[in-house]
Amino acid sequence: MDIAFSPEDLAFREDVRQFLDDQFTDELRTRLQSKDFKPAMVEWQQKLYRRGWVAPNWPEEHGGTHWTPTQKYIFETERSLRGIPDVVPFGLVMVANVIIGFGTQDQKDYFLPRILKSEDWWCQGYSEPGSGSDLASLKTKAIRDGDDFIINGAKIWTTYAQYADWIFCLVRTSSAGKKQEGITFILVDMASEGIKVNPIHSIDDHHSLNEVEFNDVRVPVNNVIGEIDQGWTVAKALLAHERTGIAGVADVKRNVRLIREAATQEVNGGVSVMQDPGFQQRLSDIEVELMALEFTELRTLAAMAKGGFPGPESSLLKIKGTELQQATQELRMELAGYYQGVLPTDLDPTLLGHEFGSEARRSFMYGRAATIYGGSNEVQKNIIAKYVLGLE
Amino acid sequence: MNFDFTEEQQMIRDSIARFVQDDYDWDTRKAIVASEAGMAPANWQTFAELGWLSIPFAEADGGFGGGIVDSAVIMEELGKGLVVEPYFPTVILFGGLITRAGSEAQRAAMLSALIEGRLLGAFAYLERQSRFEIGDCRTVALPDGEGYRLSGEKVVVFNGEHAEQMVVLARTSGEQCDREGLSLFVVDASAEGISRFNYPLMDAQRVSNITFDNVRLEAHTLLGDLGNAMDVVDAVVREATILLAAEAVGIMGLLNQKTLEYTKTRQQFGVAIGSFQALQHRMVDTMMAYEQAKSLLFRALCEHQEDPEQSATTVHALKTLIDRNSKLIYGEAIQLHGGMGLTDELDIGHYAKRLMMINTTFGDGTFHRARYAEQAYAA
Repeated sequence: MDIAFSPEDLAFREDVRQFLDDQFTDELRTRLQSKDFKPAMVEWQQKLYRRGWVAPNWPEEHGGTHWTPTQKYIFETERSLRGIPDVVPFGLVMVANVIIGFGTQDQKDYFLPRILKSEDWWCQGYSEPGSGSDLASLKTKAIRDGDDFIINGAKIWTTYAQYADWIFCLVRTSSAGKKQEGITFILVDMASEGIKVNPIHSIDDHHSLNEVEFNDVRVPVNNVIGEIDQGWTVAKALLAHERTGIAGVADVKRNVRLIREAATQEVNGGVSVMQDPGFQQRLSDIEVELMALEFTELRTLAAMAKGGFPGPESSLLKIKGTELQQATQELRMELAGYYQGVLPTDLDPTLLGHEFGSEARRSFMYGRAATIYGGSNEVQKNIIAKYVLGLE
Repeated sequence: MNFDFTEEQQMIRDSIARFVQDDYDWDTRKAIVASEAGMAPANWQTFAELGWLSIPFAEADGGFGGGIVDSAVIMEELGKGLVVEPYFPTVILFGGLITRAGSEAQRAAMLSALIEGRLLGAFAYLERQSRFEIGDCRTVALPDGEGYRLSGEKVVVFNGEHAEQMVVLARTSGEQCDREGLSLFVVDASAEGISRFNYPLMDAQRVSNITFDNVRLEAHTLLGDLGNAMDVVDAVVREATILLAAEAVGIMGLLNQKTLEYTKTRQQFGVAIGSFQALQHRMVDTMMAYEQAKSLLFRALCEHQEDPEQSATTVHALKTLIDRNSKLIYGEAIQLHGGMGLTDELDIGHYAKRLMMINTTFGDGTFHRARYAEQAYAA
């Protein structure tokens, strides 16, 4: 057992640093923070693609990196240190992994290169107005018509559907048997006739969520991933991948650094917040837990490197990771004091009198979603209780 | 011992609750918030007619002569409606300073206008660097003949956009963080040399950053004693902090009620989610958090009625607990509403934002916990 970086690791870290510093320009950063961030995100993902680094978790033959867990850790750390956002996960992390695991050769040949090159923007059609935590109760219906399915229903909380070229969906193809049986995982072209995207404005004062309606949408049977009526197996594999990404350890570390900086600058009557023992205790509690989570994640990465999909342990990463994300988001927002109330704005910070209040609050509000999406933390605890602890 | 509200207090409560129910439904409020002024002047007139603006002021000044419990009842009910009309900045802060520190002439000039709904006010105390330490003040008022010249900047001034008169905290002597040497002035918002930069906050209140560029102040604008403002400011802020806690308690109770209702109706896995023991226990936790907050509010109200200055430590404790328990309550309200809790359309997130703003006003939990410890464990 040791975690010392080898000379190869150190050389790799140099490469990563140089690439990120050269390629992630200030201009790109500014555009990524604007409301119309998609072109900038695509540009960034394409830069990663050209370097061969856009899909670290894919098998090498499909364009993955074949990085060791240590290298993944190094890349994540360097990325988040610079405040560089992670890739949009719906295509590159989620659907890609199930296409690799369950797709036909044709599906792999068509979709994977397009995902790698960010030619297609993906979104996720899982939740429905009546099916949240109880995902298997979903009602969006696909009825067979020759070589097609005809889909009717609605999906909700669909992040970035307004930008998407494709949506991967869970649909009901049979109502016989248990509710988990009779679900099919299918890929739908967002340009299909009968799809309507309705925006949902969220408490972070942005528009990233949507409702997606399906009215007699015709989809080729060839777009099914895995077997018809066996989509639940695919869905579970995908959620496990989603969960490992959700922990966001490296991003929490960055938040901690921002908190430390802000706490030394925010002053009450000549005494910085950083000097307040009560504040120190709160931050220490977070940092202690984070130090442990970093190693929990490394242990998971090491186990995954030995083969196979992440198992139900990934629920632990999701729960602890999102709790820490929220704790750091809250602390940073509080450091902004009254200025946490400032709405997203193009107001000049020098006129406003504060730099990060609005952004910190927005990230706190957006962060409230993290314990709800990807299977709420309550559902994650059910998964651990059932599959890890064997409690029924 | 008696924790009941008087008949009069019950009437005030009912009157505000009825207003919120009949005239301040969610869509109406939304339209008011989206309007150019961000408030409804007609509502302000209603408040005046119903006597709400007169409650805390002495009968000699044309007021109702109410005590802090009466004001707490008002704040609790206004909180439940997320009422954006500037009651707190005008009546509690501005009115509180005038009534405590004002000369007879100043009270006569301002309080009847305020009570009749003809005068909106504000208290400009915060500066860029001051965070939660009100005495950290760079704005200066320098002698100029019989009067003064005011220069500096105040930020996040509640109701700064609409205030016609404001009380401004300024340094007349001493160093930046000295407790001594601070004075209050009543400043006409239209005076020459004043520029306002207005913006809305997340809880829909309108605030301003206000710059004073060599603004001429006549001698009679001094409010209270020269160089000795902090005793008055502390007294008003102490009372205002209790009243913000009352508003928070109103919101916390309402959020719990809404969340409980939702968990009884939202079906997943073929049953109401409120039937899950794990969620039941969490709702018990939020219920206890509310009751505890309410108890400490009552304690602060009782102690403040006995002796306001002696209540200082309890007020620090109260603000600490409100911060902690409101976070639990709004956090669970959003979480248990699931995706719905994240939408701007639902009121849950808006109540959360008001609680967040209350938490940071006059110091957050971290700040007050440290003040509590200083006072409670002083040698």
